This record gives sequence, C-alpha cells and structure tokens, in this order.
Amino acid sequence: MGKQRVAVVGIGQTKHQATRGDVSMAGLVREAALRALADAQMTWADIDAAVVGKAPDFFEGVMMPELFLADALGCTGKPLFRVHTAGSVGGSTAIVAAQLVQAGIHERVLTVAFEKQSESEAMWALSLPIPFTPPLHAGAGGYFAPHVRSYIRRAKAPDHIGILVALKDRQNGLKNPYAHLHEHDISFDSIKDSLMLWDPIRYAETCPSSDGACALVLGSERVADAAAADGRKPAWIQGTAMRSEPTLSAERDTVLPLGGALCAADVYRQAGITNPRKDVDCVEMYVPFSWFEPMWLENLGFAEPGEGWKLTEAGVTALDGDLPVNMSGGVLCTNPIGASGMLRFAEAAMQVRGTAGDHQVDGARRAVGHAYGGGSQFFAMWVVGADKP
Amino acid sequence: MAEIVLPPSIRDVEPVRSVRTPAQLDYEFTAGDATTRFLNGIVNKRIIGQQAPGGRVYVPPRGADPELGQPTPIDVEVAQVGTVTSFCVVNLQFYGSVMEIPYVSALILLDGADLSIMHLIQEIPADQVRIGMRVEAVWRDDADIEPTFESVRYFRPTGEPDDVNVRIPGEGHGTGLGSWVGGVAPTEAVIRNPRTGQGGTTEGGDA
Repeated sequence: MGKQRVAVVGIGQTKHQATRGDVSMAGLVREAALRALADAQMTWADIDAAVVGKAPDFFEGVMMPELFLADALGCTGKPLFRVHTAGSVGGSTAIVAAQLVQAGIHERVLTVAFEKQSESEAMWALSLPIPFTPPLHAGAGGYFAPHVRSYIRRAKAPDHIGILVALKDRQNGLKNPYAHLHEHDISFDSIKDSLMLWDPIRYAETCPSSDGACALVLGSERVADAAAADGRKPAWIQGTAMRSEPTLSAERDTVLPLGGALCAADVYRQAGITNPRKDVDCVEMYVPFSWFEPMWLENLGFAEPGEGWKLTEAGVTALDGDLPVNMSGGVLCTNPIGASGMLRFAEAAMQVRGTAGDHQVDGARRAVGHAYGGGSQFFAMWVVGADKP
Repeated sequence: MAEIVLPPSIRDVEPVRSVRTPAQLDYEFTAGDATTRFLNGIVNKRIIGQQAPGGRVYVPPRGADPELGQPTPIDVEVAQVGTVTSFCVVNLQFYGSVMEIPYVSALILLDGADLSIMHLIQEIPADQVRIGMRVEAVWRDDADIEPTFESVRYFRPTGEPDDVNVRIPGEGHGTGLGSWVGGVAPTEAVIRNPRTGQGGTTEGGDA
C-alpha cells in the first residue's frame, strides 16, 4: 500500500508580537489551534491526534512543555507527539503530522508549533559556553554572519542586496495582519543606517523576537474531498522532505549546505517539479537574516551559483514578481522560532487555497514551504498545490 | 490584557503578571579520548588534530570523521598559524556574554587542518580584518596555561601577505557543494556513503 493522500484543511495563527502578556503558553497555542479548527469547521472531538513542535526547551526554560499543553490542545486520551529539529521544527512538525495521515493511521491530525520568546533568553540559550572553548558565540547572528560574508564574497554580491530583501519583506509584512512587525516608515536608508549587529548583518536585516503560534489541521483524502465539496479548498500536499547533515564535517559547505539542496531535489521529485523556477508559483523560505534569500534561491534550485542575488535585485522575488518569495513578510517580520517553520508551510498552503488576503499571489496553484535549523544542518520542505497529486 | 481583580485585603498590591526565575546549569564534561589528546597538547602549547582515512585533518578532533562515520586514529600536529576563511564583527552585548564589544570572531583554517576553528582576532582594528589574512596564535603566559583552547588568548596578524586564494572548506569548484549547476541538483553521491565507501567525489575527498 502506497502513501495515502493528505491535505491542509484548516489553518490558524496567533497575532504575533514581542510580548503576548495576555496569554500563557497554553493560551497561545490554544488561540492558534482554535482558529485552525474553526477554519476546518471541526471541534476538538474531531481530532484523532496532535503533533507539537517548538525550538529547544532551553529558550523558555520549560522542559517538555508538550506534557502540560496536552489538555489545552484537547489531547487528553489521544496520541500526542513532540518534534525537535531546532529552527526547522515548525516544518518538520507539520511533516510528521502529514505522515500520520499518509500512513493511513489517522484521518484528522492537529499540528501546532509555537515559541514565547518574551519568556525566553534565546540569545543566551544559543550562546552557551562550550567546555574548553573560547566564549565567542553570539547567538544565531554570530554563527551565520561569517557564512553570509562567505556568500557575498563567493557570489560577488553588492552590499545593498541584504537591504533590498529586508525592505521587501517588511513591506510584505504590512499586508499581513498577523505579522509582528508593521514598520510603516521603513526605507532603504533606514535599513542601511541601522547598527551593524554582527557585521555584515545589520539590525534591520535581522528577524525580531516574537511570541506566537501556528496550527494546521491535516485531513485524509476523504476529509479533504468533503471540505472541497463544501466550498473550502484544501491545499494538497504534493511532497514532503527532510534532511540533516553533520555540522563539523571537513568539506561541509556552510553557505549552500548539501543537505538543503538534496532536500529540495527530493521534494521536487515527489511533486513532479522538473524546473523549480517555472513550475513553482511562489515560495515561503526561512530567511531570518536578509542575505539568506539569495543564498536559499541558489540552494533550492531557483538560481545558478552566484545568481541568486540577481533575482532579488531584479525584483523577481517581489510580491508582484515572477517568483514571489516570503509573501507573508517572512521570518524577518515574525519570528516565534519554533513556529517560524510552520508559518512558512502555512503561508504556502494559504496561497494555493487562495486565502492569503492582501498578500495573495494571483492564481497561485503550487507553492513551496521551507525551513532550516541548527547550524544550517536540518532542512524541512513541502510542496502544496491546488491540485490533488 | 485582562484586568486582574484582587481580594480586598491585598487590593493595594501591584498585581504580579510575570516572574523572572534565573536558572543555573553546572555540568560535568567527559572529554573522551580525542578531546583529551587535544587538551593534553594544549597544555604543552601544541595543537593536536586527528587524521581521518583519506587524509582530512580535524582540529579539534572529535575522534571520528562525521561524514565517513569512521575513527580518526592518527594524531597530527598542525601549525599555530593559519588563514582567516571568514569572520564576524560582533557589536551586540547580550545577557550572559562575557566579551567586550566590538570583537572579531573568525573562522581560521590552521595550516595542515581541513576544518576551520572559531577564535578571536586581536591586535588589529576590527574593520581591517579580511578573508585571506594570515594569523598566528598568541598564548597565555606559561603559568596560566590550562587544558582549554582559551589558553590561546587570541590570534593576531603575522604580517605575511594575504592568502588571496585561501581554500575555503566546502567551497569546492567555486560553486559549493549545495549548488544547482545547469539546473541540476547535487546528488547523494557527492558525500561518501560510509556503508558502501562509494561517493565522495568532490575536492578534498580521496576518491
């Protein structure tokens, strides 16, 4: 027996902001889950199982929060799973949930990912001293900045590309009512003049710290067909893939990791995509620092080596471009770390369902969601479409 | 935010909306064979790596080549000079950091090694550090040498000409391992399969 078909039939997310002091962690995940259930026209009783993801527990200092979240997520007496894959976890959590349906085990699976960064010390948690090693780590930015510098050198990219990405994504975020940052006054110059936090990465080219959650209801073919018959379009999952790779391998390419390219090739093969640039209508990719847009364009097969930044510069990745990237405003506007990957997957699904509101790409029928995590060592992707695979 | 209604007896008390509870983590670290050899080298002001089958030299050694999944049994001393392969100027002060900003954390490929280490660059203004710059280790005073890589206080420029063609690990063929060339994805074959010994066709491999 092959894989069963699976589709996204409900999508929910919280209003993301720096501090959601009005809700507890349980209230935060419940807000997203209730919206996804409402969208799917289901209740807790309809759900067979739940899959929860978040970034390392060290962030909030609450170990295994899925245990106390079980009742908030209506999971008492039902299967509940937790997924860990660092920053890519929102993506891989959705993939694990999809696999429960593909395997024919469950028909309706709720999947939720979250982070409450206001209760967290992510910079500290990402900079823990390693025994017998100089204490140089300075969060994710400190880790990724040298690799961004390598990309700029290798691709001979001009300095303003990072600024263009940040400007585009922040302007897209203005169209997304759930986005954390709504920077109406942002400009090329305000980004250029912002502090070099981790040279070559500026403050305004960096993601914010957000509280937020995202939830999806995944349904079997029967469930999705019933939704479609009721006028609620499902987003059919046409492929899912995950890859990992060793961080400390001698010939590892830290700029364009092999695992990322293999993940993309795998998911495209499943979806029947032979020319990603032509066959994909829009992409939500995990861009926590602006330079990762051109890097991932190359890593995911949308551009030749050294050419990714030229797509950005030419406006190809703008909302009205030939290959829109990060229509929602992306991680640069909203970063509840554990949820960030699932928000990418959710936006891709919203696009092919035609429910993305002001950031909808006209006629989007096939979209890619992408997440990465750790030291560019975990990758998760899915392809969703308006058409049944 | 929802209004919190307190009982009359404590009505004048400011409501508690959140609490901060700092946690501390003390842990014991078992160095293992490879790291012990490395740290014993440091005590003698020598930098000891290990060579994997095929010749790649890991510093600090972890005892195994993560790609091959095989032990790295041969100890190799590498140079205390190397080349900056990339770097970051950190201008951000954050909770828990002990560093004075700005500081330069650099990836340094020591001569004879195949993996860059991360260390501090000093004795040069941050805005003059460059990829290709040749640097050397500056050790603590002998009395202060301990079994930690922090016994190298920092690296400083040697004054040699830059190595403008510095080999950046993973950047083989100028495109990188994770590039699509001519619209074609790399394949699993570019990394060696430890079960079959097949693959590993890129620069730096021994295929």
